Amino acid sequence: MAEIQLIGRAASPGLAFGPVAVLTAAVAGRMASEDPEQEAAALRAAIGRARAQLAEQIKTIQSEAADILEFQAAMLEDDALTDTAYELIAIGIAADHAWRRALDLEIAGYRAAEDEYFRARAVDIVDIRDRVLAHLGGVDVVAGIAGGSIVAAEDITPSTFLATDWSQGGAIALASGSPSSHVAMLARARGAPMVVGLGPLSWHGQPPVLALVDGDAGRVIFDPEPETIRLFELRMAAAKAELAVAEATSLAPAFVANGRRIAVLLNVAGPEDLANLDSAICDGIGLVRTEFLFEAAHGLPDEETQYRVYRDILVWAQDKPVTIRTLDAGGDKQVPGLTVEGESNPFLGLRGIRLSLARPEVFRMQLRALCRAAVHGTLKVMLPMVAVPSELDRANEILDAEFTALQAKGVACARPPLGIMVEVPAAALCAADFGAAFYSIGSNDLTQYTMAAARDIGAVADLNDTSNPAVLALIAATVEAGLKRGVEVSLCGDAAANTHLTAALLATGLTTLSVSPIAVARLKAAIAKVSS
Amino acid sequence: MHDAHASRAGETSVPLTASAVLVNKVGLHARPSVKLTQCAKRFAAKIELALSGDGPWTDAKSPVKVMRVKAPQGATLHFRVAGPDGEVALAAMLALVHDGFGEA
Repeated sequence: MAEIQLIGRAASPGLAFGPVAVLTAAVAGRMASEDPEQEAAALRAAIGRARAQLAEQIKTIQSEAADILEFQAAMLEDDALTDTAYELIAIGIAADHAWRRALDLEIAGYRAAEDEYFRARAVDIVDIRDRVLAHLGGVDVVAGIAGGSIVAAEDITPSTFLATDWSQGGAIALASGSPSSHVAMLARARGAPMVVGLGPLSWHGQPPVLALVDGDAGRVIFDPEPETIRLFELRMAAAKAELAVAEATSLAPAFVANGRRIAVLLNVAGPEDLANLDSAICDGIGLVRTEFLFEAAHGLPDEETQYRVYRDILVWAQDKPVTIRTLDAGGDKQVPGLTVEGESNPFLGLRGIRLSLARPEVFRMQLRALCRAAVHGTLKVMLPMVAVPSELDRANEILDAEFTALQAKGVACARPPLGIMVEVPAAALCAADFGAAFYSIGSNDLTQYTMAAARDIGAVADLNDTSNPAVLALIAATVEAGLKRGVEVSLCGDAAANTHLTAALLATGLTTLSVSPIAVARLKAAIAKVSS
Repeated sequence: MHDAHASRAGETSVPLTASAVLVNKVGLHARPSVKLTQCAKRFAAKIELALSGDGPWTDAKSPVKVMRVKAPQGATLHFRVAGPDGEVALAAMLALVHDGFGEA
């Protein structure tokens, strides 16, 4: 078999070589019986297995995905979905063909819908169709991706990503997708190479066995020739050696050539990201994303659970500053029971601080947990999606009230300073008007709101460019406001880890960058090369 | 279908009808459909819905059929309920729609 080389867009750096796991249902050839009764029984059994598998997944999977799966389960339980297939079987059509025809009819109905919400459900029915087809063919497609696999798919959901073990290597090769998607962010944090926008992955019935993924160049080679593999393995070895050298120096503080000290902070989702890490590699933690805490738990985490997580991070940091961001739900991060479903444009809707102020009981609980944790180290708290000073003022009032109430009860606590995430252009332009204790630039959202180009739409991903002069000007304006007010300004978005941007970011006057632990060594090496 | 006079003997079999406007943001979409059918299945009564008072009527206990209605936000949802617990069932369905399926 000749190797197939596809060029896409780099979404997460690194090189990987491994067996291919095709995510879409690749149904093996099935021997149909001539007997309609046997075919009907085969379909019934396949639907039963698909339902059992769904029920199992709903129990273990992340919250937002569980809702989607519950919808699929409800549809599969309904005879109205299966009747047509059984009718086709009764007139002599094989079970797999009958099921496909019946479901394709249903899918066509959704695709023809005027309402985009209903059109978007077609993919759920496709998922149901393929689940059952997989069971009919005796192939267990959706059940877990083996660690170390190169996952090839049209696209991949955050929950599928999170359900996969990335500790043994592996990579992602997508037909569509975007480097700015939530999964791409997760992949960069876990060090899983990822390439998106490869175009249609058609195997002509023969899915590839092996693949090489070059997450630096945005290239994927399916079923590589032995010589291609040999050269790629040489590159992997060289990259590994280079990383080892960078890591050996990563414990040292970062300086630019002119002697300016640059603080390098960490972005983490929870204490588990810090396991086996020496706190000497960083100058503190610049971003703790607490929404992962809310997604992982079924239902909202209580105050005690939150307190323990925050405390553990502060203890790890050993008095180095730790910036914890209050819940940034909404947008592409839905939390059932909290976020608003079906907003016409969730990125311009009730998300971040807007949601926290609209649902203060959840916000208050988080602030209480933070005040209690604050006694264990140097805690700073930042608010996401702030657009106007009154949002910060209201948050300060709520924080004061919760802190005072805890104190009155004799609970050990401290009042952390409140800073703002600068990700709305309005906040960047008028940064000096905010009484913030610090500014932290969220370059992902600041870029998408400035360029009016979504992070997760491949077709406009080129516009979603943090190095655009307009975005850099807003970053520089924020840095200037910080200098004027004498408060710290840091940048914690993906741009901080993009070493092509390091010189441009430092040129804005920034002296603090926050990146995922995996990017620290590379960033420090890039900072050392900047000569300005 | 028998007329109202013919069914006087068995009061409970007279279909009850009522309507409510879909106020939730996305109409009778995936999660709302699941909630609606789950609620409908709790009752013995035959529960049907339609986008018009004249039908065509759809079995409110079937998520597949309810999704096929593709009722958008702002649509008026008509219910037709017949059975011993019809009144309670109708009240429950209307409450669910008024409440925006708990999503507002």
